[in-house]
Amino acid sequence: MGGFPILSLMLLVPLLGAVACLKLEAPAARQVALVATLIDLALGVVLWLNFDIGGAQWQFVERHEIFAGFNYALGIDGIALVLIMLSVFLMPVCIGASWHSIEKRVGEYMAAFLLMETLMIGVFAAQDIYLFYIMFEAGLIPMYLIIGVWGGDNRIYASYKFFLYTLLGSVLMLIAMFWMVNEAGTTDIPTLMAYDFDPGVQTWLWLAFFASFAVKMPMYPVHTWLPDAHVQAPTAGSIILAGVLLKMGGYGFIRFSLPMFPEASAQFAPLVFVLSMLAVVITSLIALVQSDMKKLIAYSSVAHMAIVTLGLFAFNVQGLEGAMMVMLSHGLVSGALFLCVGVIYDRLHTREIARYGGLAINMPKYALFFLLFTMGSIGLPGTSGFVGEFLSLAGIYQVSSWVALVGTTGIILGAAYMLYLYRRVVFGEQKNADAAAMPDLELREYLMMIPLGLAVLWMGVYPESFIAPMRQDIAALDARLARVKPHYDAPLMLGKGTPAEEAHGEHAAEGGHH
Amino acid sequence: MDFAHSLSLIAPELTLSVAGLVLLLVAAWSGDKAARLISILGVTALVGCMFLVAPALCNGFMGPDFTAFGGQHRADAFAAFAKLLIYGSSAAALVVAPAFFGRLGQMRAEYPVLIIFAALGMGMMASAGDMLALYIGLELNSLASYVLAAFLRSDGRSAESGLKYFVLGALASGILLFGISLTYGFTGTTSFAGISAALSDGMSHGALFGIVFLLAGLAFKIAAVPFHMWTPDVYEGAPTPVTTFFATASKAAALAVLMRVALEAFGPQAGAWQQIVIFAAIASIVIGALGAIGQSNIKRLMAYSSINNVGFVLIGLGIASAAGASAMLVYLVIYIVMSLGGFVAILMLKDADGNPVERISDLAGLSRTRPALALALAMIMFSLAGIPPLFGFWGKFVVFQAAVEAGYVSLAAIGIAASVIGAFYYLKIVKVMYFDEPAGVVTGRSDWTLQGLLFLTALFMSPLGYLLTKWLGQLADTATAALFLAA
Repeated sequence: MGGFPILSLMLLVPLLGAVACLKLEAPAARQVALVATLIDLALGVVLWLNFDIGGAQWQFVERHEIFAGFNYALGIDGIALVLIMLSVFLMPVCIGASWHSIEKRVGEYMAAFLLMETLMIGVFAAQDIYLFYIMFEAGLIPMYLIIGVWGGDNRIYASYKFFLYTLLGSVLMLIAMFWMVNEAGTTDIPTLMAYDFDPGVQTWLWLAFFASFAVKMPMYPVHTWLPDAHVQAPTAGSIILAGVLLKMGGYGFIRFSLPMFPEASAQFAPLVFVLSMLAVVITSLIALVQSDMKKLIAYSSVAHMAIVTLGLFAFNVQGLEGAMMVMLSHGLVSGALFLCVGVIYDRLHTREIARYGGLAINMPKYALFFLLFTMGSIGLPGTSGFVGEFLSLAGIYQVSSWVALVGTTGIILGAAYMLYLYRRVVFGEQKNADAAAMPDLELREYLMMIPLGLAVLWMGVYPESFIAPMRQDIAALDARLARVKPHYDAPLMLGKGTPAEEAHGEHAAEGGHH
Repeated sequence: MDFAHSLSLIAPELTLSVAGLVLLLVAAWSGDKAARLISILGVTALVGCMFLVAPALCNGFMGPDFTAFGGQHRADAFAAFAKLLIYGSSAAALVVAPAFFGRLGQMRAEYPVLIIFAALGMGMMASAGDMLALYIGLELNSLASYVLAAFLRSDGRSAESGLKYFVLGALASGILLFGISLTYGFTGTTSFAGISAALSDGMSHGALFGIVFLLAGLAFKIAAVPFHMWTPDVYEGAPTPVTTFFATASKAAALAVLMRVALEAFGPQAGAWQQIVIFAAIASIVIGALGAIGQSNIKRLMAYSSINNVGFVLIGLGIASAAGASAMLVYLVIYIVMSLGGFVAILMLKDADGNPVERISDLAGLSRTRPALALALAMIMFSLAGIPPLFGFWGKFVVFQAAVEAGYVSLAAIGIAASVIGAFYYLKIVKVMYFDEPAGVVTGRSDWTLQGLLFLTALFMSPLGYLLTKWLGQLADTATAALFLAA
């Protein structure tokens, strides 16, 4: 792809679609939006196929010095690649999920989503710290409108909360960026990633970035905007929120906090562990008692993202790869779960779990897909959830068995609340006649469910496809973090006793990947 | 420096003076029916003057060669920068006026003449190299402004606004004059260069009082806390085109003169006034944001928004560096265009009979009844809130960047955190327009001049505005270099 600006094209296609949608009537706007997102998906596939695994760290680099103070610089590594793939994969699903359920102001709705897609890709592809910030922050505007215009009854409160929470988090990050750029003399993210800031200052910089990413992620005490936003947002809004927007927090940690401030990250790792452990246990328990399906999945998102932060701050390859895999898997699975909720919400217009029951009888195919995604969320081996959660917990186990122990309760509790949800909605007797009369999936819904289901299985059965592009970047990050490796209470030992000759071979093979 | 050279340097001022006097005669003889013609001629004169001052900025004129009348008047790049803003926004205030006054039958011939004299005074303020030149320019501007605020004679609110502005403005002028006299008494000169030289090795307590009074008087003119009380009343009561003029041209002139006084005359003793300015900056940001939350009138809201924005500009001054001054100028340009767009949008809010709509609750559901207008207004609001990718973000960006680079990290952190409070009320407007059910009040149409102006300002605020960042930054740097060379 010598010099072809594919990343710019991926930004431009949805942007043009958004402008076009503003002017179009409902049916045309839907089609334009779908075509634009599918083109972007195709471009994403081209991007993936042309990504040279094991090649240069930064590929598809574009750089134009057209602004004062910052540059239009794009480029991706493997981490950004998989997250961009996740974004472009989920976008057509979002458009499909809104095909019939959004009836008012369709043009503006589609425009907001396409704008969102541009900004999401921009966040992951930006190689300039200020360009990243602009893209990161700009996403607030379309999401605010999506929640506020097309949301549920309490949408206005939720939209304000979403906007102001995340804005307050990110403005402090901007101040930290000013300081860093002034100190390092460059806005180039790869250069900044290798720059060694004074450890004393790192503390402050880390906290400023943490304020932003912890809110976005969201981490335990500042997660309260998420359930509100999810419950009020339309289905597609929830998909994109859970699927991609939350990943920006994790991406921020892995792209900024860890490589740029390794000392501060190590210093604050205990804080992150405590918050993550609290999140895993508390939000899982909260999820267990929810009567609203979307709220339940929203709380489960907080718990899953806590596993991500645990993995990230384990500072080893397993933890980092696991965190990335949890993010990808959670993007697919929670998106799919919100889609499942949306499918029955479109039919019955309620998210009350108690209003459903026995859907396996009248919607068997729906029940099948819902089961698959439920298992994915639980982390059943063979689904995407397992790979990431296993790796993350394996990573954190080396650092602290106790943290891993608490983290693992999240998996158990996750199984509890998801199975409990599934039982109440899909099994049991059919309590309500209207719920019992709901028709099974239609073609449009199959078209959304099947690709999601296949992706979940693919990621569960052969995760190598997704880990391979990231491996080199994770290894580089691991090397960067080597100097601040925490004390391991249960480190991986290459088998010393000769009897376990085979086990030794396996470990060596695994080590060889990294 | 001979007299002819001095005269050539004040060509824009001469042009405006002659144009104002001639148009006054035209007005006297042909009456209000020539108002439109006079407006057009007035706009022509202002645009012509923009062409006269542009070379000074583009070629970076600075230093003694461009100082007229023995240091009284500076025709340097900094003055040119401010004058471009002043003349441009004055012309805009003329362009938007006929639609507003015409409906009331109040499009009188004095309006363009007053605007021209006010613009002339503002230009003199921006060019001032001496306290007395500053004061003459300021009073020329203020007297015209008082009349403009009360321009709708039959409207109680307008008369009230004019009176308030006059009483408080006169008080502020008195304070300013007192500050000037103290400064003169303790430094022995009224010229900026002389004051700067006198203060270069220490400052007496008397001169300190001088700067305090000077800053108080100027803080009134820029509507910085704690001298901001007049702003909401005057902005609300004055006819909307006049409010536009106050929010744009007056702001530019007052800030330019504040920069001259602080950085040029009192530059050697920056430590003495920095803390005052920093206090005013933070207080303006916070009080401007908090005050706006309870407002139900959009013009009052814009008044608080202007207080809030002045706070951000003052952060650039508070750090007392060239980078800060340059950032102030960039912020000023962006703010003036945003505020111009905001008031043009407000002028376009009319009910079925063409009466202006000012209540925020009447904007409900505007996105469905008037989508283009609502989109433009929403862009202006997000831009004023400083949310990227809109161009309003860039203003805050450069100011806070300058603050951090100068080492004022906590100032920047407090300022930017307080800006989140401001986001709340800008969001409120968007919420009313986009989330609420249509109220069906705003149905009146506007003519192409307003639509065109709104389109241009919206285009400037869109992400395309970032393409201007280099050019804008260079011009601001040139202007700042001229300011610091004069100092």
